[in-house]
Amino acid sequence: MARTIKVDSLARVEGEGALIIRFKGDKPTAVELRIFEPPRFFEAFLRGRAYLEVPDIVARICGICPVAYQMSACHAIEDALGIRADGMLRALRRLLYCGEWIESHGLHVFMLHAPDFLGYEDAIAMAKDHREWVTRGLGIKKAGNAIVAALGGREIHPINVKVGGFYRVPTRAELSALLPVLETALGDAELCLDWAARFDFPAFERDYEFVALRHAEEYPFCEGRIVSNKGLDIDLHAYEEHFAEQQVPHSTALHSVVRGRGDYQCGPLARFNLNFDRLGGRARDAAQRVEFVPPCHNVYKSLLARMVEIIQALDEAIRIIHGYAPPDAPAIAVAPRRATGHGCTEAPRGMLWHKYTLDEAGLVEDARIVPPTSQNQKCIEQDLWQLAPTLAAMPHAAATRRAEQAVRNFDPCISCSTHFLRLAIERED
Amino acid sequence: MPTRKKKKPKLAVFKFASCDGCQLSLLDCEDELLLLADAVRIASFAEASSGVLRGPYDISLVEGSITTLHDVERIREVRAQSRVLVTIGACATAGGVQALRNFRDVKEFARIVYARPEYIDTLATSTPIADHVKVDYELRGCPIDKRQLLAVLSALLSDRKPSIASHSVCVQCKLRGNVCVMVAHGTPCLGPVTHAGCGALCPTYHRGCYGCFGPAETTHTGGLEWALVAAGASHEDIARTYATFNAAAPPFRRAQEEQLVQIRPKEGGRG
Repeated sequence: MARTIKVDSLARVEGEGALIIRFKGDKPTAVELRIFEPPRFFEAFLRGRAYLEVPDIVARICGICPVAYQMSACHAIEDALGIRADGMLRALRRLLYCGEWIESHGLHVFMLHAPDFLGYEDAIAMAKDHREWVTRGLGIKKAGNAIVAALGGREIHPINVKVGGFYRVPTRAELSALLPVLETALGDAELCLDWAARFDFPAFERDYEFVALRHAEEYPFCEGRIVSNKGLDIDLHAYEEHFAEQQVPHSTALHSVVRGRGDYQCGPLARFNLNFDRLGGRARDAAQRVEFVPPCHNVYKSLLARMVEIIQALDEAIRIIHGYAPPDAPAIAVAPRRATGHGCTEAPRGMLWHKYTLDEAGLVEDARIVPPTSQNQKCIEQDLWQLAPTLAAMPHAAATRRAEQAVRNFDPCISCSTHFLRLAIERED
Repeated sequence: MPTRKKKKPKLAVFKFASCDGCQLSLLDCEDELLLLADAVRIASFAEASSGVLRGPYDISLVEGSITTLHDVERIREVRAQSRVLVTIGACATAGGVQALRNFRDVKEFARIVYARPEYIDTLATSTPIADHVKVDYELRGCPIDKRQLLAVLSALLSDRKPSIASHSVCVQCKLRGNVCVMVAHGTPCLGPVTHAGCGALCPTYHRGCYGCFGPAETTHTGGLEWALVAAGASHEDIARTYATFNAAAPPFRRAQEEQLVQIRPKEGGRG
């Protein structure tokens, strides 16, 4: 008897795609993460644009993590132009990135992923029974957005990021005004980690290659070497020698692999495993209190890694604001030259690598962007291969929900990766 | 006689080619979201919920532009299921940044990004929703302003006609008490020709407006040209400035073409 399971649209992910799992009996024969998101060709129309326009244009790749795109672009262009934004400008960039992590992780943990663990369609249905947690989650998310809006001008597609720094830097008073909301969010985030740690996490582990940035002193945002738990330790300029992008017929997103090895995982769980010793005391203590420590190979616990990173980002944001004094100039001086530059920063969903070649006038000759979801796409498919026998043994509706939840472990951002979901599990006996 | 409880209106959110930012604006209404959820039934909102109620819908918010044949069909189905259809953001109202392909060869674009362009199924143009179906209200911006979104939703939920300002960013700058960045600092600014809605953000942050809310209702881009040139912008710079998130909105498209003509006056005949 042939059996087909189909769900038209994978929800609670950013963008459009589908998932097909085919079975012969209980054996999976195909797993395809299908990405329908129409291509938008950013790398093509960046050609001929002025370097100062690039941060504004690449922000539009993703409404959920525009700051990540702006930061990777600025660092790549500054690398090409031979300049570095240091001191308070660097601190303000970290603060802006803290805001985006808090906002984006808050959205995913409370609105997109927690409903899977507690058995609801969405956060609004979940709020009927768990209103205090949804309210705390919204408050955390709002705190992140408050940082991005204060420093960037608005929450989505901030207007204040510039190659070399900012258009206008905030006063001490403008940043200090954020402190009460950040302090409240930090206390709430610690309570929420304790709450989330009691979720029923499916027993699922795989021998992942985790890849993330690693910095000499800090939990990584914008700088560091690209490292993995399988011995990778490279400068970001050597990225193309060690990673390849492959195009597959069923997706408008490109698949990334580590050359010679295959799929890998980037994002919060990778960062947590590779950089636990770089967490601040507050985040590390919170993680240890709920016995969430590396190495963790259960990708469902990426939700806990996001909560720990929310605590880290709130704690760091508060520290930056306490130490802030406005810099002399909002940006350092920049002059165009012919050069190629690389930038790699840790977007909420993982490493985001950019490369630009500029001409003498500072116009873009060539652009290459590797977003986190295309890096994780093959890893998601591999998870589903391993999960398939479990799915085959489960009742139909439960199997479908579990498969979707497994995809959501990665907080896939399909809008970004196009350059990503409907779900169908097909069985033939 | 007991009054029958009025059924809550159904709100749906649909996505076409876009960055998801405009529908995220709804989730960014952290203080209002649960209240809104009490006032409506969220019938379809894939980014936020796996629950889907069948149409028809009382209010449909449509994000994104039309770039595939499949989406040409899908927007007609959405229209047929929607009592009021509101387009949200520059992609839905003007084609978005992806409409830059309209001026170029889309096959060439696909070759730049993809090693196997034959796998890519896309139209040569990115077009606004109103090119395909009747649109009841438009919210401009890249991204939309969430206060404007809440204002439109509250108006529609109380059967009022939404009222959205159609003046230029300049008026918002004056209301905010900003010093004019172009007059005082010689910074090129599209404020005089750009639709209000952002609250004059860029000039407030000491930079020129880059037109992300698209053209204001009545614009005179020709009259702005001399001021942009006086502020040090070249015709190439001005053309590029109009060619961003609302590049295909007719007034901005014309303004871009007027600049390009001045760059290449003697190339005549070549397309």
